[in-house]
Amino acid sequence: MWEVLTRRIDNFLLGCALALVGVGLVTLFSAADQSTARVTSQVASLCFALVLMWVVANIPPQTLARVAVPLYVAGVALLVAVALFGIVVNGSRRWLSLGVARIQPSELMKIALPLMLAWYFQKFEGRIRWKDFVIAAVLIAIPVYLIKRQPDLGTSLLIAASGFYVLFLAGLSWKVIAGLAVTAGAAAPLLFSHMHGYQRERILSFIDPTRDPLGAGYHSTQASIAIGSGGVIGKGWLNGTQTHLDFLPERHTDFIFAVFGEEFGLIGNGLLLLLYMLLIGRAMVITANASTLFARLLAGAVTLMFFTYVFVNMGMVSGILPVVGVPLPLVSYGGTALVSLFIGLGILMSVQAHRKLVNT
Amino acid sequence: MSRRLFSSRRNDYGGSRYGGNEMRNTEREVFLFRRRLVIAALLALGAFGALFGRFVYLQVVQHDHYRMLAESNRVAIVPIVPNRGVITDRKGVVLAQSYSAYTLELTPAKIRNLEATIDELATIVDIQPRDRKRFRKLLDESKNFESMPLRTRLSDEEVARFAVNRYRFPGVDIKARLFRQYPFGEVASHVIGYIGRITDKDLERIASWEDTANYKGSDYIGKVGVELSYERELHGTTGVEEVEVDAGGRAVRTLSRTPPVSGNNLRLSLDIRLQEVAEQAFGDRRGALVAIEPATGDILAFVSKPGYDPNLFVEGIDAANWEALNESPDKPLLNRPLRGAYPPGSTIKPFLALGALTSGKRTPQYSINDPGFFQLPGSSYRFRDDKPGGHGSVDMYKSIVVSCDTYYYILASDTDIDDTARFMTQLGFGRKTGVDIEGELTGVLPSREWKRTRFAGEKYRDEHRKWYLGDSISAGIGQGYNAFTPMQLANAISIVANDGVAFKPHLVKNIVNLKTGEERSVAPEPTHTLTSKPEHIAIIKNALVGVNKEGTSATAFRGAAFTSGGKTGTAQVYSLKGEKYVHSKVDERLRDHAWFVAYAPVDKPRIALAVLVENGGFGAQAAAPIARKVLEYYLLGKTDPGPAITVPGQQGEDDTD
Repeated sequence: MWEVLTRRIDNFLLGCALALVGVGLVTLFSAADQSTARVTSQVASLCFALVLMWVVANIPPQTLARVAVPLYVAGVALLVAVALFGIVVNGSRRWLSLGVARIQPSELMKIALPLMLAWYFQKFEGRIRWKDFVIAAVLIAIPVYLIKRQPDLGTSLLIAASGFYVLFLAGLSWKVIAGLAVTAGAAAPLLFSHMHGYQRERILSFIDPTRDPLGAGYHSTQASIAIGSGGVIGKGWLNGTQTHLDFLPERHTDFIFAVFGEEFGLIGNGLLLLLYMLLIGRAMVITANASTLFARLLAGAVTLMFFTYVFVNMGMVSGILPVVGVPLPLVSYGGTALVSLFIGLGILMSVQAHRKLVNT
Repeated sequence: MSRRLFSSRRNDYGGSRYGGNEMRNTEREVFLFRRRLVIAALLALGAFGALFGRFVYLQVVQHDHYRMLAESNRVAIVPIVPNRGVITDRKGVVLAQSYSAYTLELTPAKIRNLEATIDELATIVDIQPRDRKRFRKLLDESKNFESMPLRTRLSDEEVARFAVNRYRFPGVDIKARLFRQYPFGEVASHVIGYIGRITDKDLERIASWEDTANYKGSDYIGKVGVELSYERELHGTTGVEEVEVDAGGRAVRTLSRTPPVSGNNLRLSLDIRLQEVAEQAFGDRRGALVAIEPATGDILAFVSKPGYDPNLFVEGIDAANWEALNESPDKPLLNRPLRGAYPPGSTIKPFLALGALTSGKRTPQYSINDPGFFQLPGSSYRFRDDKPGGHGSVDMYKSIVVSCDTYYYILASDTDIDDTARFMTQLGFGRKTGVDIEGELTGVLPSREWKRTRFAGEKYRDEHRKWYLGDSISAGIGQGYNAFTPMQLANAISIVANDGVAFKPHLVKNIVNLKTGEERSVAPEPTHTLTSKPEHIAIIKNALVGVNKEGTSATAFRGAAFTSGGKTGTAQVYSLKGEKYVHSKVDERLRDHAWFVAYAPVDKPRIALAVLVENGGFGAQAAAPIARKVLEYYLLGKTDPGPAITVPGQQGEDDTD
């Protein structure tokens, strides 16, 4: 019985993930002024997430490959439906109402796009030519364009990144990569002029946080003060003044890292980074040892996306990136994000557990 | 060429050794893949290094700086809510204003046991079960953990009592908040509307204006009426105050202050005294009245009966009151002038006649002989007139004065429905009048295209979508598919009264900036002019004057000290399938709706109006007296018009329409 439960589970990966969730719960308890309501709710999400992780870990990658196309097509269809009949929330058309529930198809795309691209390259394995990269670029451009139109620039960039990672790992020429980098740099001012007001506001606030004391700039400034005042050893658990005097906005979710940084200091931050590096390192080893092109590309994209979320969130909270709505993986409060992350871990475990089965 | 974009050839370390072998190809691929992965890992490591560098910068290099900031970050940025603009009537009588009062506020996140705290508070200040219920509702609705009012409008004594006991209640505060008050209560409630607490849906709306920062600290937002449609004028600009707070988070002193800018005041075009007279004239009856100043489009009165007390909504309406309002069969929350679409009945006749003059289909002298009914060629069905024996010889003037159905049956059979619809659109039928409060219906102006679209659904067949001559005939006397709002009828009669020059009807006359004293008028320019010639309009106006002098509403206007034009209308609610309609025998809710449109004085019209009395029966009997009272007050300042208006219950055949 125990064997059935654990044979597909990668202990090292799970250990790192649980340690990070643990850090999250401890910080959450402090951020929520020692109320246990959010902690309990987060633990409940964790249980559900673990079950899903186990299920996904037991699905062989070949089976995942089979759902890639339907999932991608469904994702694009839903995005089109959003553009046509979506509900406007906060001025953006991101949600689709299904009568009883509202769904956000861009979330689905975060996993569907890498799956689709990995499937595509697997299909043409060994005879991948330049035209395949063009097709892959189109496959990326469709959802990215639809999501950018919603408008949700942050998510569309993240999804573009997930697609790019697959191309990169599949061997996209350095020349093209350099070309893309130059184009992106040149297009930045153009992009800025096409941005919506709130997006521009965020960028401008990033450059000068004092310009909008009630809005986006306030978040950044307060987060930097919280982290900086933590010093080397931190103010100690439950003792962060910035946190408890309500200066920190969104301190349960996107800005939870500021709470952690204030209370646990540079040492805590270093250890947290180390934990993330261990997790990402293990995921990279799994990726490197994966047996099929599909498994390699999928695992690689999942790993690099995980890294991206960590980097973007910490960068935003510590003030080296503009404010984007990305939670800190496994640490921020929020059930949906936790579940998707554990599904990602499940994919990695599946890749790891099924690598010999395919070789024989 | 084909492989140029794919880097494997140039980076092909193993290729020459392994040749084209499939297996070795895979190995080479794995090698290349791993190399890419290592590059990615190095980049990730670099990124984490950068992050750690940033942490070192913040927490070691700049630590002292930030520690100082944190120490003095006892500086809280507090939004100062601006005063909401005042709404007055056209003469400056205040209809909605804000006042400041103390509230008892709880911050749930800072309170361990909410119930116990509230119980204990109840020993100091008066807390009713109603307050608890409302607080619970607020708690459920609010996702963020800000402070929420438990009790509003504390007395000075209660404030003092709590202040003494404050130390016992962490997370409980007294705050001064602005409240909205509507001194006239039910009067004009459908125009003014009300404000209510900001919900998630409102937040979305605010975000779509990109005005989120400006609503920090605001608790209320316009929900209905002018309060809703002029929200952005009324709200004002939120100020910012930097205050120093003590370790407990309480303000110690103010460091800097950007004062808020009060919202703009609104001066309505409404005359609240006239509005009161109009509402009283309805008594207990349900219905609507819209009065417009033809030369400007100013709406002078806008009645929807029954109304409701907007003050109930400001702090969140309680369940009992809400149920009473929402489930009443009288529908007090329905804005009838705007959202009630009723068949216009005979009030449509002068407009159709004007269309016929304009298109040349009819001359004023053209007469028909009315036998009391009309038959389509080849059909035995009789479209009946009200007067069994018929009106005899009827020209255009008489057709309006006695409201002869047969004249209009014949006109309809001679006129293409699409031509009629095109002309009626000029009078504002079948489209929104553009009045400045939300929720207006377009009504139904029947045409071939309308019918095709209306019955486009799969459950209909082509014969449902086809336009029949019979459709035109019943539409020709304002029945059939026609459905218009009281707002549209008032607008149309106002355009005719103003000799064809149309204005966009508006409830707000001026937007007044308190600081600069600058006044902006809303919709001051005419929108368009009818294609009718002035002499056509003069003919119709002459007939409308005849209606009040010697026609269907002569009884209601007998002895009036002003000149006026009008037209009665009676709209069927329920088809009697050929039986004769007997008022007393029909269930009250199925009785006909009574209409009356009018303008006065005849020479230089100062007011045009449409009155609808739901299930009131004949227009002449139920609606015309209300119109007379309103006109009398507006033109002569008379509040008690005397017994002359009382119309006897039984009327002669000629007096019906």
